[in-house]
Amino acid sequence: MSELIRKDASELAALLSSSEVSAVEVTQAHLDRISQVDKKVHAFLHVDTAGALATAKDIDTRRAAGEKLGVLAGVPLALKDILATQGLPTTVGSRILEGWIPPYDATVVKKLREAGIVILGKTNMDEFAMGSSTEHSAYGPTHNPWDLERIPGGSGGGSSASLAAFEAPLAIGTDTGGSIRQPAAVTGTVGVKPTYGGVSRYGVVALASSLDQVGPCGRTVLDTALLHSVIAGHDPMDQTSINAPVPSVVQAAQRGDIAGMRIGVVKELGGEGYQAGVQQRFDEAVVVLQSLGAEIVEVSCPSFDYALAAYYLILPSECSSNLAKFDGIRFGMREGDDGTRSVEQVMSQTRAAGFGDEVIRRIILGTYALSAGYYDAYYGQAQKVRALIAQDFAKAFAKVDVLVSPTAPTTAFKIGEKMDDPLAMYLNDIATIPVNLAGLPGMSLPMGLAPEDGLPVGIQIMAPAMADDRLYNVGAALERALVSQWGAPILSSMAGV
Amino acid sequence: MAEPVIAYDEALKNFDPVLGLEVHVELGTRTKMFCGCSTEFGGEPNTHVCPVCLGLPGALPALNRIGVESAIRIGLALNCDIATWCRFARKNYFYPDMPKNFQTSQYDEPICFNGYLDVDIETDEGRKTFRVDIERAHMEEDTGKNTHMGGATGRIHGADYSLVDYNRAGIPLIEIVTKPITGTGKYAPEVAKAYVAALRDILRNLGVSDVKMEQGSLRCDVNLSLRPTPQDELGTRSETKNVNSLRSVERSVRYEVTRQAARLLKGERIVQETRHWHEDTGVTTSGRSKEQAEDYRYFPEPDLIPIAPSREWVEELRATLPENPAFRRARLTESWNLSDLEMQNLINAGVIDLVETAVNAGMSPDAARKWYTGELARVANERSVEVEELGVTHVELARIEELITSGALNDKLARQVLEGVVAREGDVDSIIASRGLAVVSDDGPLLEAIKAALAADPEVAEKIASGKLQAAGAVVGAVMKSTRGQADAARVRELLFAHLGVSE
Repeated sequence: MSELIRKDASELAALLSSSEVSAVEVTQAHLDRISQVDKKVHAFLHVDTAGALATAKDIDTRRAAGEKLGVLAGVPLALKDILATQGLPTTVGSRILEGWIPPYDATVVKKLREAGIVILGKTNMDEFAMGSSTEHSAYGPTHNPWDLERIPGGSGGGSSASLAAFEAPLAIGTDTGGSIRQPAAVTGTVGVKPTYGGVSRYGVVALASSLDQVGPCGRTVLDTALLHSVIAGHDPMDQTSINAPVPSVVQAAQRGDIAGMRIGVVKELGGEGYQAGVQQRFDEAVVVLQSLGAEIVEVSCPSFDYALAAYYLILPSECSSNLAKFDGIRFGMREGDDGTRSVEQVMSQTRAAGFGDEVIRRIILGTYALSAGYYDAYYGQAQKVRALIAQDFAKAFAKVDVLVSPTAPTTAFKIGEKMDDPLAMYLNDIATIPVNLAGLPGMSLPMGLAPEDGLPVGIQIMAPAMADDRLYNVGAALERALVSQWGAPILSSMAGV
Repeated sequence: MAEPVIAYDEALKNFDPVLGLEVHVELGTRTKMFCGCSTEFGGEPNTHVCPVCLGLPGALPALNRIGVESAIRIGLALNCDIATWCRFARKNYFYPDMPKNFQTSQYDEPICFNGYLDVDIETDEGRKTFRVDIERAHMEEDTGKNTHMGGATGRIHGADYSLVDYNRAGIPLIEIVTKPITGTGKYAPEVAKAYVAALRDILRNLGVSDVKMEQGSLRCDVNLSLRPTPQDELGTRSETKNVNSLRSVERSVRYEVTRQAARLLKGERIVQETRHWHEDTGVTTSGRSKEQAEDYRYFPEPDLIPIAPSREWVEELRATLPENPAFRRARLTESWNLSDLEMQNLINAGVIDLVETAVNAGMSPDAARKWYTGELARVANERSVEVEELGVTHVELARIEELITSGALNDKLARQVLEGVVAREGDVDSIIASRGLAVVSDDGPLLEAIKAALAADPEVAEKIASGKLQAAGAVVGAVMKSTRGQADAARVRELLFAHLGVSE
């Protein structure tokens, strides 16, 4: 039964549906795997053994009673610790929320529960999703299963590592500037950042409200689509949620036909600054796309050069306000309340003790950018850049159906390598940030291993708003061609854990 | 603590006052501005709360459409333009009563702007209308409430600890801000009061708020500055917070004029600051200085989408606006042929709607007015309720009035019938039957009662017979008493004179 952990979610779903295996067996196999490898990987901050087995048992009972269940009922999942879970700790990778048990479920969590998906536990992340390596977690870093000395990407490194380490077949991430896609790229897994508003943000601890989006992660394009269709859809609790039908992502993932499609290669996202092996695998993948019948067009999006700068004004500005509520008054950690200090002193001490350096750095940055006299020069200007980036995308999508680029400029770097150089760290997201700024959907899927270090490389596919299905169509076609070229899925070549 | 002041008239000889009023109105929506929690006043602390209004991690606001509708209706009633597109903004500052440490408000894109309100005041030259220009009316959410425990003053200074109640957090507020009000001269206090009173009337009439100043559902901040002459630039202002009665609005303006004038005449400058009004001593004291303007780091609220009220919706709301209370009062004063004082009595009794309904149903304005400001007001007052809450319908009043006109009831009996109506004993006729309240119209028993009264007091008969007709009152009174009020006093009088052979 240990082979259960090697199976994709769609395979498990079929086995469960035909009652060849029980949800309890599947769940237990993954829990066993977690106890076996997570000491090394540290993908999980909290494993809910009892809760997971109880859900699995309930699914088995209901299936035995003949109840019609969702496609993924009984399939286990790893949940990023940024989504509020009633009765389960939610720390956002921060000391300031240590021990906080939310009294409510995020909308996405509700949907997962309704679909009968088994939540194994909460995964590690950079504190408040600020980072590209999961090294900024207050609870210690997650290790990349491909090489335990290396980072699994971030902020959602716990979710991507859990997939690569076969601790879970499905995971949930959130993506503000690449936190789903970059970890997927450096762990050889698949991750999708849906259209902004495609998935409810209710119950997702906010980093930057206008950029954050919840998304599905898996080891295959189809698995990711199956999870996407469970979590997407309009939610009246989130006013930025789009009231429109969910794109047919599962059908698109099953189709994988790109003959006649026009695919744009973004000139600004590649070349200088990109690792040679990353660029090489990308160029090869483009050739594969062409061989599948797509027309390849080079497009230029000149404003993308300013995306990183705009992003690091908008994000800190919004986060400086979003994180103001963490003051020790109503929930979470409280420091210095010994009867001798004023409320302001207690708030200040709590925040100083509870937030890590990167969080404090961004709060200070954002507070400054929003200050009277600086607002127009920083936040206002960044919003103009944002509009220009959206225009560049609009012009590009007038010519092509999807855009492609490398997901991240490099493969996974060594733990500790960039901790003292925030700017170098920020550059990891250079290719993923533009879609967040424009509210568009993006996917990362494996396109091979870099020749120089044998580590996974991801290709990013970008589509117009609410055309998330195009990502899955193109992704499925490319995945099929590449896996057939390699002879097996990329993770089967992983020595790692 | 109290600062030196000079006489009001003296102050006005030297300075021209400029007013500015900021009024916060709590809307009477059933639920809060951004969540489904109840807005009811007076619940157990922290029982009307949820993840949204507690600002728990991950929670998001969902806009209350009725709140927006109320804002637009208020804007229209105040002759404002309604924005075609506007947004909420975050006002960032740390305070424990504010769950998110930012207030969701509106900044440079208010939903209503550019309006006015005309108010009447009494001047030395008679009644005069002042136009108060309104800068904006915008939507925001209320904060929670801190209670400071253990200190002598109830203020945070000196308290041992503080408690926070978040029931109020997230209740919809509309903030209505005037432009600087100039040209009032010595009438600044009266204009301030008249403006708040007129605004309160309009808001009550719109049904958007219960506008109870004492419960804080209407809160007023009064800005005041002085300048040497109306031609000068505006002076530095003080902002007196939470002036929570009409009388206090007037008094606080008067006080600030005399305080600021005293400072300026001594060559001191006015500090831009928040001041607290003390109802008991009638003075303001310095609060927090605003010299270093607080930086609220406003930016558009990314968790809410822009509001773009369609013109159709705005016109629909405009069409359903009730008549402006001031216009309506003028119209009714004329058509009911009332004096200003009589109208004022109707307003004070809060019965204008009831009287209008009764008159529209056919009752004479005088009769309706007599009932509502007389007996009904008295009973309501006795029970400490509003007249409306007595539940007496104009149909019931019309029937009682009809029976009085026909002589079947006298005033005293009518009052007893009304008592029965208020006690919900049945309809008017069945109350008369069951309580046995009809006027005794048979002369026989009345004559018997007259004879008995005369026999009991023989002197009075002689007085009447000798022409002292005013003595008849005693007999009539005795008869009314012996018939337990069920006699028609006029008929008793007639029978008495006939019996004694005198004529009126």
